[in-house]
Amino acid sequence: MAIFSVYVVNKAGGLIYQYDNYVAKAEVEKTFSYPLDVVLKHHDEKVVVSFGQRDGIRVGHAVLSINGADVNGKNTAEGKDILEYLKDPSNYPVSIRFGRARLSSNEKLMLASMFHSLFAIGSQLSPEVGSSGIEMLETDVFKLHCYQTLTGIKFIVLADPRQSGIDALLRKIYEIYSDFALKNPFYSLEMPIRCELFDQNLKSALEIAEKAGNFGTGS
Amino acid sequence: MNSELFTLTYGALVTQLCKDYENDEEVNKQLDKMGYNIGVRLIEDFLARSSIGRCQDFRETADVIAKVAFKMYLGVTPSVTNWSPAGDEFSLILENNPLVDFVELPDNHSTLIYSNLLCGVLRGALEMVQMAVDVRFAQDTLRGDNVTEIRMKFIKRIEENLPAGDE
Repeated sequence: MAIFSVYVVNKAGGLIYQYDNYVAKAEVEKTFSYPLDVVLKHHDEKVVVSFGQRDGIRVGHAVLSINGADVNGKNTAEGKDILEYLKDPSNYPVSIRFGRARLSSNEKLMLASMFHSLFAIGSQLSPEVGSSGIEMLETDVFKLHCYQTLTGIKFIVLADPRQSGIDALLRKIYEIYSDFALKNPFYSLEMPIRCELFDQNLKSALEIAEKAGNFGTGS
Repeated sequence: MNSELFTLTYGALVTQLCKDYENDEEVNKQLDKMGYNIGVRLIEDFLARSSIGRCQDFRETADVIAKVAFKMYLGVTPSVTNWSPAGDEFSLILENNPLVDFVELPDNHSTLIYSNLLCGVLRGALEMVQMAVDVRFAQDTLRGDNVTEIRMKFIKRIEENLPAGDE
């Protein structure tokens, strides 16, 4: 899974498409009996571990599901507050899955708009005239590549730092966008992309890029 | 794909519009609007397939339109002539226009600009790359002239919503 996600941002900075291709590796499911020895707290509309790190459950991990049912923010799938539910001994033994909290779609929207602004700052900071915006962002775990078309649409790919051929992939995604999104007469410009053909072709393009890039990574 | 199907489809479209609107001016407007909607989408396909970068001036734009775009989509290469002294207006001269193969305009549609779709396409496509242009037919083989001439005039650069890094 060397290519983690693809984001498409329209001219105004709004996220119009998002695709995640990674499997969260650090997820742990355990059965607990009363009283719970992990201390939980509310944080950012989620319930996270604040103390009691053990067995793969780390501080900062969020509660992902209770008894197999995915949680809904601070509440269980049935709508009960999680912390209240876990204080009641009659609900035990309970099986809780902890893991690194995934970004919600609202958070992704916000991050995409923020990146849109940072992209512009990138070109303004430049000491030379006529610089492009941010084309690559690197951390120790991933590399973010961004391609802005002449019409203002940005294609952003998050991939493994060792993955090669991302530039070609960005051009390919542009082609797929111009084919399956734009040539679909029922798709309105600048709106979220909900075209199945676009999804399918994007997935196959990602698979091809991963296989081609892997000659250098050896993973 | 067979170009005759394309000619037939376009012809069916224009005749249906004539029946629906019954007024040549209205049909011309509708064709321009439809062309505009095609143009805003076609530009992305053009940029994705041709990997052409931003043009530095209007002359370069004219060359790219004539030599690359028209060739890619209609299979014809018009010539670029009649530059105005200020360099903001030019003509595209088309020897043959694939849209009007086999077409004759009847007398009761003398003000109909049959290929007005092309004007809309050019206008819509250039607007998406921040150029406001005015496109009109100066000569039309269907109305008795020898060649088809499309006159393009640069109005202004669209400064709103410029992609970052393009100042």
